[in-house]
Amino acid sequence: MTTAPAAGDARTEAATAGEPADEPALRCTDLSYSFGATKAVDGLDLEVAQGEVFGLLGPNGAGKTTAIRAITTLLPVPAGKITVFGLDCARKRMQVRRLLGYVPQQLSADSGLTGRENVELFARVFDVPRSERRARVDEALTAVDLTDAAGRLAGTYSGGMVRRLELAQALVSAPRLLILDEPTIGLDPLARAGVWDCIAQVRAGTGMTVLVTTHYMDEADEHCRRVALMHRGRIRAVGAPSELRAELAAQLGADPERVSLEDVFRHHAGAGLAGADRPDEGGDFRDVRRTRSTAARLR
Amino acid sequence: MSAAPVPPLPVSAEAAAATGAGPGNATGTATLAAAPRPVELRLLLKPPPPRSSWRLVLARAGAMCTVELQKLRHDRTELYTRAVQPALWLLIFGETFTRIRAIPTGGIPYLDYLAPGIIAQSAMFIAIFYGIMIIWERDSGVLTKLLVTPTPRAALVTGKAFAAGVKSVIQALVVVVIAALLGVSLTWNPLRLFGVAVVVVLGSAFFSCLSMSIAGIVLTRDRLMGIGQAITMPLFFGSNALYPVDVMPGWLQAVSKANPLSYEVDALRGLLLGIHAHLGLDFGVLAVAATLGVTAASLLLGRLAK
Ligand SMILES: Nc1ncnc2c1ncn2[C@@H]1O[C@H](COP(=O)(O)OP(=O)(O)OP(=O)(O)O)[C@@H](O)[C@H]1O
Ligand SMILES: [Mg+2]
Repeated sequence: MTTAPAAGDARTEAATAGEPADEPALRCTDLSYSFGATKAVDGLDLEVAQGEVFGLLGPNGAGKTTAIRAITTLLPVPAGKITVFGLDCARKRMQVRRLLGYVPQQLSADSGLTGRENVELFARVFDVPRSERRARVDEALTAVDLTDAAGRLAGTYSGGMVRRLELAQALVSAPRLLILDEPTIGLDPLARAGVWDCIAQVRAGTGMTVLVTTHYMDEADEHCRRVALMHRGRIRAVGAPSELRAELAAQLGADPERVSLEDVFRHHAGAGLAGADRPDEGGDFRDVRRTRSTAARLR
Repeated sequence: MSAAPVPPLPVSAEAAAATGAGPGNATGTATLAAAPRPVELRLLLKPPPPRSSWRLVLARAGAMCTVELQKLRHDRTELYTRAVQPALWLLIFGETFTRIRAIPTGGIPYLDYLAPGIIAQSAMFIAIFYGIMIIWERDSGVLTKLLVTPTPRAALVTGKAFAAGVKSVIQALVVVVIAALLGVSLTWNPLRLFGVAVVVVLGSAFFSCLSMSIAGIVLTRDRLMGIGQAITMPLFFGSNALYPVDVMPGWLQAVSKANPLSYEVDALRGLLLGIHAHLGLDFGVLAVAATLGVTAASLLLGRLAK
């Protein structure tokens, strides 16, 4: 299912020295999680290579956030299901958390604290020594371009600024795997570009691995080296965006230039939504139907 | 879909824009982005060294307290609004019952007798609020993010409990000043005042953990608000804060004996007024209650993360 990751560039190799080079940044094996009768994640297999920007895509309710909450040790999962740089998330919780930077789906900065204080808190809870705390916080604030607003209460920030502040909070501990759950949700195009700009710069500077979810297919196409399409708790397709587009184009006999990642998304997720109200419809028939409908749209 | 070549990792914003020029990004967000700022990352390249276990707990408690004090510095309204209720209790209830002399206090003015009870009460009200606060932090994602840091749940709860204690001590100071202004003769012996701070921290640690434990059970703010209302008044009236245990009916005496607030009030009376108290027992009960509270809240905190 997963594409064999290409060898990282020299920068990535150097930055990740210390972790076993042959272990992926993240590996989920047959991961499942249910809320009562709702199977939010249902046999998820996923592998994210060290140093790549990996996009987890899928419709609302696909289970992306649940998968991320399992990876970030927030949900209890059995041992052997998730490893981060080779460390088991169920057994080595504290060590795994030291490798993670996490920005949840909702805006989560503390509005009663200033931007700087928000970042300082995370420097403290990641045990940054007092002697380098100030410099480290400054560096994180500079990296997200918030130095000027650092003294203001986060409650007065715009959505884009809060997102960048959250990035600074996540970055201050120098994580090896940065997990962003819809970092650009609800932002205007400029603010979205600003957030991606920050991510790209920090990734370039540190070689960290980034796992990101988004509903903006253009963003995923532009910024992710590989993406996985998730639907109803499972991965339906995985690969480089260009690869997935070419694959669908070949399947439909369409011009590859005219197939977008959004078409790929519709192809894998849209049919499932349509099929939801006809559960008796066989998988094969559904496949034919959705291929026809995708082809019709592209003509 | 396994063997196809993958494009190289984009190493800068320009590279990302160049390789990602597919049909999907017709809007060209990258062209809207300002030219990448040159950022120099030096410190952010290496993770900080981990701390050992007991120093980690101390550090987390310190971090939680710092946050609490920073918030209080930005917005002092809470400090003032929370001073109103104790002031009214002392002014109206205290002054009136001092005149009526209906409550046997063992020879001291009722206002003096009441002051330590009101200190304990206002500290408890602050601490009980922590359950609602932690649910709010869960809903806003602040708690979620803290739970993904190298902070064991017990350390997080201890930190919160200690922060509640520090906030209560500040509140207690305000009430001490109000009481002094109303003519209550309290001790100014620094050692005794330090004892007062310890008692208030322990008491608030227990009540904040009680409230956080209930938060871990009921999980929603609305339910907790109701329960918070339902328990604070019985805890207050079912203690020796307003009247001595001797005048209570038997069943209420039993409630009062099981109520940590009674031990807090007893210790505060002993320390602040210099009257007879069971200080050893009081400190012991409060320390045990706080420890049990931290344990219960840590065990139940995981439910809030789900
Ligand atoms: N705390 C919860 N209790 C009960 N059900 C839940 C809970 N969280 C998620 N679910 C259910 O699990 C499924 C997956 O939800 P999840 O939030 O993981 O989806 P998602 O892919 O992140 O969606 P979105 O794109 O809207 O964020 C949904 O059916 C959702 O209703
Ligand atoms: Mg989600």
